[in-house]
Parts: sequence; C-alpha cells; structure tokens
Amino acid sequence: MKHNISVPGVKSNLQRIRKFIIDVLREQHLSDVEVHSLVLAVDEVCANLIIHSNKYSAKHSIDVEIKIEGNDKIVFDIIDVGRGFDIRNYPEPDIKEIIRLKKKGGVGLMLVKRIMDEIDFINKKDYNIVRLTKNLQSKS
Amino acid sequence: MVQIDTIKEDDITLLNINGDVDASSSIQLDESLGAVVSNGDPKILIDCGGLNYISSAGLGVFMSYLEDINTKNLKMALFGLNDKVMNVFEILGLDQLLTIVDTKKEALVRINEA
Repeated sequence: MKHNISVPGVKSNLQRIRKFIIDVLREQHLSDVEVHSLVLAVDEVCANLIIHSNKYSAKHSIDVEIKIEGNDKIVFDIIDVGRGFDIRNYPEPDIKEIIRLKKKGGVGLMLVKRIMDEIDFINKKDYNIVRLTKNLQSKS
Repeated sequence: MVQIDTIKEDDITLLNINGDVDASSSIQLDESLGAVVSNGDPKILIDCGGLNYISSAGLGVFMSYLEDINTKNLKMALFGLNDKVMNVFEILGLDQLLTIVDTKKEALVRINEA
C-alpha cells in the first residue's frame, strides 16, 4: 500500500508532513514510541533538505511517499528537486565535541541512522530520493 | 508550533514548554533558554510535560548551552517528558549528559544539590 504527500519545501510545513506520517502509521501495529521515532527520522531528512538543499524555496516541493510492504517493512521515500546530498556519506559527529563547540546542529542524521535499518540515496536527472527503510520488529 | 513561558519562582527559573520543537520552532526555545543562561539564572527547571515532539533542532538547543551552564556553574533539570520524547534523548545518549527526571519534585532536589 502506498501513501503520499507533497508540500512546498518550507520549514513551516514539517508539522504537516509529521501529521501525514502519523495518520498513515496509525493503522499499523506499532507502539507510540516506534511511530514517533519513524516520524522523527523522516522529519530530520525533510528538515535537512529544506535547509540545505532546497534553500527554503516554497517553489520546490518535498514529496514523502510511504510504502508498507506487508508485515515486513516500511519504506519512506523523500523526494526533492534541490541539489540533494548523499546522507550515507555523512560522518557521524562526536556529541561531546558538538557540546564543547556549542553547536546547535549536527545530530539529525545521526538520529536517522540509529532509527532506520537502511538508508539509500538515489540521484535521478531532475530529482533525488532519500529512501529510508525500517524492517519491522528489528530495531526499536 | 511551540509556546514557551518563563516563570520566576524565587531563585528558580521555570521554562514551561508546550507543543512541538522542530526545525521551524526551535528558535523560540533557543531564545528563551539563551536569555535565562546569559542572565546567569542559577537554577533552571524545564517543564516538558506539554512537550509533544522534539527533533534534533531542539536537542541541539539544549546541547549548545551545556558548556555555558557548566562554566557559569548553573543547574538545569528537565522533567515530565513523555515516553516518546524521552526516547529521542535516549537514542543519542543525551539522557546521560543532561539531568532528566520524572517529576518537578525530583528536579527541585537535583538543582538544589550542592
């Protein structure tokens, strides 16, 4: 089963994307904590794309597509037309170093990596897909 | 959307967070907490009972003030986090770096410790 939403790529739409994911996942047999962590992972990728790739342009949309593959896994595709970046190459920062340097960012993709089982980046001619896969009953 | 109220109770400053702290709204948390820390308020309580959601942007705000809080010898404790929000802190191990307790009563004990 497939569900999708498309919104202008501005930060104020993150809440709409989260509500969409919660509504879709509510039908699955997942705990509130699991749903919340999946919502968080997708939210982090969308926020990153809006801030770094789309440059806050409402002209560029962000699409989120959720595919539920039986009881085995859930696949989230986050599609944008910005310049994209391959989050798999993102080095994991040291939290204590972030604190020492008083940085306000840098842990979003770390959360995504810890929550999801697979992260793929697919670069098409006119758009990019960040594909997050969660195998059910594997990680919390 | 988030609403943050700053309430002074004697020598304690209470920040009451209600709503979602995400990449869009974390600026409000940053402004509220930043004001309290730069003011040097010695005892800071963060009421997370109404905190429905927090993303890395919100975590980043807390992390960015830890150094100043330690340098200025201020005390800060968070309390009332629901399971979903607590899980986000735990994924990164921030529950070990911040003082997080269940109730306001426990939080008061922790910030009044020498």
